[in-house]
Amino acid sequence: MGKVSRAAWLYIAAVVVAAVALIASAQFGAQGARWWVELGVLQLLFLICDSTPTPLASRQSAWSPSSSATLAAVVLLGPAGAAMVGAISVFSLRRPLIVAERLFNGAMYAVSGYAAGRMFVALNGGVGRPLPHVFPVIIWPFAAAAAVHVITNHGLLWGALRLTRKDSGLRDRSRLESSLTLLLASDLGYAVLGLLIAALWTVVGAFAAVLVLVPLFVARWAMGQFAEQQRAYAATMEALCQAVETKDFYTRGHSERVSRGSGMIAREIGMRPDRADAISYAGMLHDVGKLGVPTKVLQKTGALTEEEYAAIQLHPMRGLEIVREIGFLDEALTGIMHHHERIDGKGYPMGLAADEIPEFARVIAVADAFDSMTSNRSYRQARGIDEAVKELRKGSGSQFDPTLVEAFIAALEREGWKLPEPAAAPLDHQTVTAQDHDDPTAPLRVVESL
Amino acid sequence: MTAQQPAERWSSWQAMDSGRLLLLAAAGMLTVAAIAHTATVHIGPAAVHVAVAFGILIALGELLRLALPGGREAAPIATAGAMAYALLLYVKQLPGPQLPAQVSALQVIAVAAIGMTIGALPHMAAGRSVGVTGMASRLVAVSCVAFIFRPLTGIHLIVTQWWLAASVMTVLLVFGCLVDAVIGALIRADDLGARFGVALLDEMRVQWPLAAAVGASAMIIAFATEVMGITGLAVFVAPLLVTQLAFRRYAGIRSTYLQTVRALARVTEVGGYVESGHSHRVSVLAVAVGRELGMSEPDLLDLEYAALMHDIGQLSLRDPIPGGATVLVSRGDQQRIAELGADVIAKAGVLDRVAELVRCQNLPARGSEPGPPVGSRIIRAANAFDDLVGGSTDRDRGTAALERLRLDTSMEYDAAVIEALSEVAARRRPSRL
Repeated sequence: MGKVSRAAWLYIAAVVVAAVALIASAQFGAQGARWWVELGVLQLLFLICDSTPTPLASRQSAWSPSSSATLAAVVLLGPAGAAMVGAISVFSLRRPLIVAERLFNGAMYAVSGYAAGRMFVALNGGVGRPLPHVFPVIIWPFAAAAAVHVITNHGLLWGALRLTRKDSGLRDRSRLESSLTLLLASDLGYAVLGLLIAALWTVVGAFAAVLVLVPLFVARWAMGQFAEQQRAYAATMEALCQAVETKDFYTRGHSERVSRGSGMIAREIGMRPDRADAISYAGMLHDVGKLGVPTKVLQKTGALTEEEYAAIQLHPMRGLEIVREIGFLDEALTGIMHHHERIDGKGYPMGLAADEIPEFARVIAVADAFDSMTSNRSYRQARGIDEAVKELRKGSGSQFDPTLVEAFIAALEREGWKLPEPAAAPLDHQTVTAQDHDDPTAPLRVVESL
Repeated sequence: MTAQQPAERWSSWQAMDSGRLLLLAAAGMLTVAAIAHTATVHIGPAAVHVAVAFGILIALGELLRLALPGGREAAPIATAGAMAYALLLYVKQLPGPQLPAQVSALQVIAVAAIGMTIGALPHMAAGRSVGVTGMASRLVAVSCVAFIFRPLTGIHLIVTQWWLAASVMTVLLVFGCLVDAVIGALIRADDLGARFGVALLDEMRVQWPLAAAVGASAMIIAFATEVMGITGLAVFVAPLLVTQLAFRRYAGIRSTYLQTVRALARVTEVGGYVESGHSHRVSVLAVAVGRELGMSEPDLLDLEYAALMHDIGQLSLRDPIPGGATVLVSRGDQQRIAELGADVIAKAGVLDRVAELVRCQNLPARGSEPGPPVGSRIIRAANAFDDLVGGSTDRDRGTAALERLRLDTSMEYDAAVIEALSEVAARRRPSRL
């Protein structure tokens, strides 16, 4: 939220005024003498949940079941109580929100809590601790209240985003749509949890909040462990790939850059996050099999004999051999195996053509060739990005998948490309590639057999 | 390979240790007694509904098993469901009033056993392991809780004061988890040759977060059933479902991590630096020796990573060492390889302890204070042993190699490590590998 327009300020002010008016006009007393204990505990529950979201499927989606505290308040305390529980999000500890954001969040949750509470009361849902005899009838007013809560909440939020973020283009919208199912599923989860808290309250009072929080905190702990392991995993893989690359002076950092390039293409064409992760790993590992190629073949300057050429052609299979036992998506394995196939069917190891080539392999091929062209080689200087793009376009349709080439160029324009450090002259004992098998502008020369 | 399978299965059945047989016998007897008893007493139709609902929940939970780090398997939802059934006080009838839950301990066991068995059937059909031991262990833990709690439901205070009931439930749930952990540790100690104390601590370290979630969910189910009845059973496990999802991802990335390091450690073999299978054999040997010496699971994981990658420094060598036998090259070169390897691993930034183990793998056990870490001593011994013996399982060759290593225990190798190594080597069956 850099610059906020006037319309946005007006919108935020309107929501805040509405929330304050709703809470001020509310009446308490019908909920029993100790309603303030319930209110306090539910507000605390809201704050705890709101401040500690559990990341779930991917980086963008986190599960913070704070709404379930509001929905529990709908049953236990009615509209005014729900509004006051929601309003507490003004004090959220989640991140350094600016004051306007805090105010808006509090007002938004207060208004949607109030609306849900009104719906619940209108459908004859009895406010207060739900006694056993109200089940299962109470489910219907509660479901309606939950629906109202979701709609009001997302509606108000959408309005705010609409007014404050002008540049939210196509990509954001498609991302939003793809996470819509996830959003609905988590909303259903919040609702279920809210009713559960209210029902447990009848038996064990505020202890209900503790009982529900324990599994959620354990889930959060496990997700934290997961994220830590994932970081460690990526770092370890990168270190090992660098070790593999130390064999060759000029190809340092190649794996990492191909991984990055493949990830860029994957995001550009809207791949699912887990597939995008997998293709990054595949890009990282695509040339591991080069270790199986004798160094003297990689270093050879002149034309290759057929045997030597065959040895080079074998490296995708060697790579597959190494990584086969890793529990990746199978797609990552096919990506490594086929990353030297060509659209026209003249590639290796199997000579697949067009759509026969797995998508992962087509993606890696583009990033692979691009990085090879923009890096220094012993026999030539690095090409500029523009020149390399031109070469990619030239190979588009024969060597590369045209849509992926265009996607890569689009991603390049937006995200840019970090060129490798211009390699200093290699030291004497370092081995260098005399011909790069990845370089589309300088194909490997093979001795013509007579 | 496939032709040998029946024979192998037979031998594994024969090799089944007495501890596991005892557990299975206990669980089997409990099940038979429980089902026989439950079949003879009259149960009202409402109670039958409750039993069936919990049976289905337990079966579903058994179907949705969860792999935990270290090759463990848990069924959180099944455990929570069975424990909740054991802790049930009242059941809200739908439609109708709230009635006391009249469930005997044996009935709980019968329902849990039948539910688990049904839930295990799809695993069997899919050719996965049935996991009988895990099921038996869960059943025994549930039985312990049921046998203690069911008689308590006759006490007026427990039925009327929720806080008293909740306290008793908490204590019993902790007790049930302990029973499960002790059984699990006994089995693992038997299977892997670990020490029981170490195995129990490992078990508790891995299990406690999940156990806490399972325990809380069991209480949620038990209490919510009082108000909402059994129709909402699936709803009551919603928080636990979130937990299970998170754990699944965690366990998944951990195993991928291990697989990746295992796979990438083989690059030295593909590159012709090291004899084929060397890293894997050294890691298996090193972990077995570490376990023999009473190392805990996190330390063993570091040891396994270090052993897998101990030769990674050779990638920086210009020419592969003949046969990859680092024991045959000069000490200076060995140290250089170790340093290079440690630098590679340290670059990851998260494996500093592993890097340290790799860096010190060539230091002699004596001569400097405080000397290399235990893990490094183990890798040094295991590496030397494998360089001398290779993939061969010939006992004479192994004995000769051990003799040679033993001669060097005054300076080079750690005497305790060599003794543990000979224990492990003696246990290796010649037919394996």
